[in-house]
Amino acid sequence: MAILVDEKTKVLIQGITGREGIVRAQLMKDYGTNVLGGVTPGRGGRDVYGIPVFDAVEEACEKVGSIDASVIFVPAALVKNAALEALAAGVKLLVIVPDRVPIYDVLEIAAAAKSAGARFVGPNTLGLLVPGKAVLGMIGGRAQRAREWFQPGPVGVSSRSGGMTSAIAYDLSRAGLGLSTIVHVGGDSIVGTSHPEVMELFEQDPETKAVAVFGEIGTTQEEQVADLIEQKKFTKPLVAFIGGKAAKSGTRFSHAGAIVEGNRGSYESKVKRLREVGVHVVDAAADIPGRVAELLAAKK
Amino acid sequence: MARLYEYQSKKLLREGGVPVPEGAVASSPAEARAIAERLGRPVVLKIQVWVTGRAGLGGIQFADSPAEAEAKAASLLGMKVNNYVVDRVLVEEKLAIEFEYFAGIVMDDAAKCPLLVFSSVGGTGVEEIARLHPDRIVRRLIDVRTGLREFEALNMVRKAGISGPTLVQIADILTKLSAIARAADARSVEINPMVRTADGRILAADCHLVVDDYAVYRHPELGIEVAREFDRPPTELERIAYRVEEKDHRGTFYFLQMADQAEPGETLIGFHGAGGGGSMMSMDAVLAKGFKIADYCDTSGNPPASKVYRAAKVILSQAGLMGYFASGSGAASQEQYNSARGLVKAFAEEQLNIPAVIRLGGNFEEEAIRILDTYLQDLPGRVEGYGRDDAPEKCAARLAGMIAEDGGMVHEVQPMEEPRVPTSAYSFATFTGRISFDHSQCLHCASKGCVGACVPKILKLDEEGKPVLAIPEAEVKKGKCTECLACEIFCNYHEKQAIFIQLPIPGLKEYRDRIRKKS
Repeated sequence: MAILVDEKTKVLIQGITGREGIVRAQLMKDYGTNVLGGVTPGRGGRDVYGIPVFDAVEEACEKVGSIDASVIFVPAALVKNAALEALAAGVKLLVIVPDRVPIYDVLEIAAAAKSAGARFVGPNTLGLLVPGKAVLGMIGGRAQRAREWFQPGPVGVSSRSGGMTSAIAYDLSRAGLGLSTIVHVGGDSIVGTSHPEVMELFEQDPETKAVAVFGEIGTTQEEQVADLIEQKKFTKPLVAFIGGKAAKSGTRFSHAGAIVEGNRGSYESKVKRLREVGVHVVDAAADIPGRVAELLAAKK
Repeated sequence: MARLYEYQSKKLLREGGVPVPEGAVASSPAEARAIAERLGRPVVLKIQVWVTGRAGLGGIQFADSPAEAEAKAASLLGMKVNNYVVDRVLVEEKLAIEFEYFAGIVMDDAAKCPLLVFSSVGGTGVEEIARLHPDRIVRRLIDVRTGLREFEALNMVRKAGISGPTLVQIADILTKLSAIARAADARSVEINPMVRTADGRILAADCHLVVDDYAVYRHPELGIEVAREFDRPPTELERIAYRVEEKDHRGTFYFLQMADQAEPGETLIGFHGAGGGGSMMSMDAVLAKGFKIADYCDTSGNPPASKVYRAAKVILSQAGLMGYFASGSGAASQEQYNSARGLVKAFAEEQLNIPAVIRLGGNFEEEAIRILDTYLQDLPGRVEGYGRDDAPEKCAARLAGMIAEDGGMVHEVQPMEEPRVPTSAYSFATFTGRISFDHSQCLHCASKGCVGACVPKILKLDEEGKPVLAIPEAEVKKGKCTECLACEIFCNYHEKQAIFIQLPIPGLKEYRDRIRKKS
């Protein structure tokens, strides 16, 4: 078991013939993800690493059967249309990789996904990975690396940074703990699946015994996780690191979501709130595996 | 800037049908006088800066006559507020205010919806209002597919305890505000205060609107030069960096200047992160070590070597650096040899004389570290490469150690020098630059290693054994040459120094010349 995907999930890649699409199609396929097709309007009939390319999502569904998840690599300005297209074709999980998608476009996708009973991860995400089963997006970059770095095990990872998703997951694997699913929720201020939503999924997953979270200044995601714990909707051991301790208010750093406005989303407020409900907040990301190991040992 | 000034925000309100006070913006005392004459009544003059509490700073003045307006404008223009020098004042009719309200639209990340907030008290910050008058605030999520409808606005204002003609006027304003925010791609907009005047008008007396950085491209009409959010106008170096980013969609390059000098006891360093989270974590680590960072820079999203090179050149355009710290998440998905080659070219050109710690953990990190070790060993400054098993805290401590060991060298900004490319060179344009081969030297080259080094494999040897393009020039320009810099680096260190890659950074030469003149 894992959350969101497994090796059977039927996957489509939108924007498969672009600069990133081509490279990451190879990653996904080589890793063992069940990639059934790709879409680039006007390029139907070709193939990328043996993956058939179609002109439209609807066409892909007609030719290869229903699609469970679509990974989107099109330019930011075209993301809204691509996402709405996939939702209209009945796809229930989208992974929106591109950066710089306008907020109002994201809000429209969110409204459409809600109506369709679908979910999206991102935008501005590296995606998600279930060790040994599937990767959606570009975590690990190359399949061989992804296999070396990420071992299966009991720890779930949710992160607002793509690089830190990999770094924390790598450290946990190196410490011999292993991973159930790792999710990069995305670096933007509005994301389809935020930390608290990932926590609810991990809560339901019997194989996930503990969770590590990389949070950042800005947004209310970490505060919402604290609320969930308070309401007993998330009950597993949780270790968190919050980035941006030294950041100034009113200036956004390179993640669009990382901006403190007024009293909202500051480092201090997040750490205080998480500690109040018993979350283990560490001062260095490198301390995560040690703390997780202690918590797992205590549980036994 | 993605943050608009009050006068710009009010222009959007007026165009969208929300009443604002009569007036105009002035950048000279004479203009202020002319506006006051045209209005023909007492005026208020407001400095145009992104700072709250302008009244307390003396940035808001009243004038009863055009002559007084001119004198007041003369005292306000040129005034220094934080990092600003005031260059514009808004001159408006003075209002007889009876009531103050608050209205704002922000993004609710939990609901994934715009959230409209209205309060029947206004004037102070919304957090203050929420604390003192929680019962006077009403909130409503806006459905992006319909916008705020009139009856929804009416019910909202009614629940805030307002009735009569004012109710209808404010509800109308809120409906229009929702449409304006949407049309302008506003990440936030705030009318504070919204006022009712003695003659019964409802007006937006002050307004701040922030355009979503990612949507700035849809709004050429707003004249936003740098789509980045700061609490001050961008510096000249930030503008130069932004122009690089604007013209190159491959990966991202983010650059913010943080400090131009260190206080006694602090050590100023250049900071070059990779990835939003990894950069922030690395910044926290160096600050915790007592360093002061001159800048916050982030090159990530699989940038080409040329972009990392330009970022390093921008970072090294800052004087007084005593170290260079590059660090990302530690397990980057991107191919790290690109970053390594970008740094090699930049550091070699600069003849870097300060210690550098480069933490390149991620895909192909072994190759990346080998590139740094091989090609940067003869620099005056020591460069050490680290990988995914080395925490940023450890690397920050290492930089402190190296600075201490090497006696505290200080970086001076170097002039930008063009390489002397022979006019007869074989040359072609790349996506953002130009590569030239001095074929007279190539004849003496034994290894022809540039062809093998070329990552995208676009070079071949012609019948005389000289390296030439294996693909049409038009494809090279479109991006088939990934600007990996491997050919030039190979030739420089192992062969005849016959390859020249020119990667222009508009404005940087002039900037450096000025910095050098000053010091």
